[in-house]
Amino acid sequence: MRKISGNKLLVKALKEEGVDTLFGYPGACTIDISDELYKQDFTRVILPRQEVALVHEADAYARSTGKVGVCLVTSGPGATNLVTGLATAYYDSVPLVCFTGQVARHLIGNDAFQEVDIVGITRSITKYGVTVRDRKDLGRIVKEAFYIARTGRPGPVLIDLPKDVMAELGDAEYPSEVNIRGYKPNTIAHVGQLKRAIKMLNKAKRPLFLIGGGVNIANAREEFTELVRITNVPVVTTIMGRGAISTDHPLYIGNLGMHGAYACNMAVSECDILFSIGTRFNDRITGKLHSFAPKAKIIHIDIDTAAISKNVQVDVPIVADARDAITRMLEYVEPCNTEKWMNQIQEWKEEHPLTMREKPVMTPKHVIDTINRMFDEAIIVTDVGQHQMFVSQFAEITPKKKLLTSGGLGTMGYGLPGAIGAKLGNPDIPVISISGDGGMQMNIQELATAVLEELPIISCIFNNNNLGMVRQWQKLFYGKRYSMTCLHSGAACRGRCGEVECPPYTPDFIKLAESYGAKGIRITKKEEIEPAFQEAMASEKTPYILEFEIDPEDLVYPMIEPGGTLQDLIMDC
Amino acid sequence: MNHNGMKKRWISLYVENQVGVLSKISGLFSGKSYNLDSLTVGTTEDPTVSRMTIATVSDDETFEQIKKQLNRLVEVIKVIDFTDVFVRMKEIMYVKVRRCSASDKTELFQIAETFKAKVIDYGRDSLLLEFVQTATKNDAVVKLMKEEFKSIEVVRGGSVGIESISFMER
Repeated sequence: MRKISGNKLLVKALKEEGVDTLFGYPGACTIDISDELYKQDFTRVILPRQEVALVHEADAYARSTGKVGVCLVTSGPGATNLVTGLATAYYDSVPLVCFTGQVARHLIGNDAFQEVDIVGITRSITKYGVTVRDRKDLGRIVKEAFYIARTGRPGPVLIDLPKDVMAELGDAEYPSEVNIRGYKPNTIAHVGQLKRAIKMLNKAKRPLFLIGGGVNIANAREEFTELVRITNVPVVTTIMGRGAISTDHPLYIGNLGMHGAYACNMAVSECDILFSIGTRFNDRITGKLHSFAPKAKIIHIDIDTAAISKNVQVDVPIVADARDAITRMLEYVEPCNTEKWMNQIQEWKEEHPLTMREKPVMTPKHVIDTINRMFDEAIIVTDVGQHQMFVSQFAEITPKKKLLTSGGLGTMGYGLPGAIGAKLGNPDIPVISISGDGGMQMNIQELATAVLEELPIISCIFNNNNLGMVRQWQKLFYGKRYSMTCLHSGAACRGRCGEVECPPYTPDFIKLAESYGAKGIRITKKEEIEPAFQEAMASEKTPYILEFEIDPEDLVYPMIEPGGTLQDLIMDC
Repeated sequence: MNHNGMKKRWISLYVENQVGVLSKISGLFSGKSYNLDSLTVGTTEDPTVSRMTIATVSDDETFEQIKKQLNRLVEVIKVIDFTDVFVRMKEIMYVKVRRCSASDKTELFQIAETFKAKVIDYGRDSLLLEFVQTATKNDAVVKLMKEEFKSIEVVRGGSVGIESISFMER
């Protein structure tokens, strides 16, 4: 029998899994794998500038292509830098397989150089994690890792590779089948339960679909749109569910939750059947639990048994893949009479429309409206904060426009690497990232990756010189005590804010872009928005930074006070 | 949070007999703030499989979540809820009593007889008792002996349980 090293088998496994792009950062414990990767040409190896950003790139690559994102980092700090990205992917159910180097087996436990117990560290933020302790298990474990990452409720898997195991000669075969006795995801919907749910839906006077990211992950947008067309039931989504049905669909109301539209939160509060698919009922969605959907019977379809009745007690639980369940439902559903109910929702929409107060100066909405107008097809990636909420409120998401955002964990710094990952996976689709000036600086080093990979991404910065979302809470709930949120405060003004002149803002994003070999445009007026996008859209290889000067007083409305109920919205208009 | 039916409950788990599985199970309990009252583990007739007996104090909803979360773990092969199952369950407990007077010793032998415990070691002024009974009875013994004796040292093994045959066959 021919024998090969673990390093060689790993590269063979990547080939058989169809890995066309790998995000890697080298180190002592993975240098042999790097060496094997040097000798192949089936996968493109991307070298980001920081492992923190590396995982986000693999994550956005996976979210935007539906493939498994693959990471390779070294032991110790290389591995610990994965933590935030793994948690980000875990909370948003993104399939990743992350390979971490590990010191040789005889050194494990010795506090060796660059040794950490990364499987232990990441236990609660990975779907599965394991150290390969025996060369003969390597092929099986890698095969299982890809299978676990992409099936059931997808998620990140971490495989820790001790250097000596990888050097050892062993079986050259990569298994073709998987059989894990403790892992048998259930994807097929129980028809009896589905019929029961449909019966309730047909009897309802005020039925409502509540759609989460599960419908997008299951790739069930078409089927779901058909379900809505037949039933006439209006739809609200979570931020992760946005795009499950085109945002311009007449039965789409908007997002619910902390910054959800008034009409959505009212609809949830008044509906009599809440038909939810692929959502976790996160606290940002439900507000105070006892007053969430108080008048409704709740139906919940989710692939994760543990997501059902975790936060909200449901009346009809259905464990299934969203696409399978919706497809089966299409056979049985009938039109519901929702005319009166839709009129009521329309009244709420008119009472408090979701918009921003019109101002003579440029607002975030002007920028997002321009994106909506100028792009027929796009992947929009956000960072985390106020701009993310503006995007979730105003960006049109249609079958040709996708939204990638760190919804569950809320990871600042996702925007720029996210755009890079999305563009690598979708070279023919325009990719726009939107970040605040805070989040942008968390992974600014990735400009180098974008420039060298010749990715014409358009990276927008909504620069309000502040950590705007926290500042918004301080303004509304903390007596305007702006502690730790001003990004140009420092030694010169500490303790004397308002008395002395503000220190100048740093960095100069335009110069910074130029120093990396990217292009930068600063936009201060409404009229400059469109020409800036026009120039950026024409770029073939060069990334663009578009820096928009935003007023820190532009707040995200409506808003539920933390710990409040969906019925107590703070409104601006 | 409501606390419907807050009580002690038992789960039996079949898990892969691999490095790190115990920490995944116990980490799940600590990470999600579930109560972990006791946990025992040992290999089964199949050396690749271990079996755990877990006791937790929780309400109905939390207990449902615990079972679901355990089921989600790749290394967990099967979760058995012992709530409505007839089971045989025992816990081993050692109690060492020091600074015994002669009358203390007499009393200890009486306790041993009453609770079907064994006196397994004997010193000048100390005794070592072994109890194999339900955890609840062991709780009672500990309470009693703490009241009666000046210096006791207790080691408990945690319960192990298995579904009974006779009730299932009936």
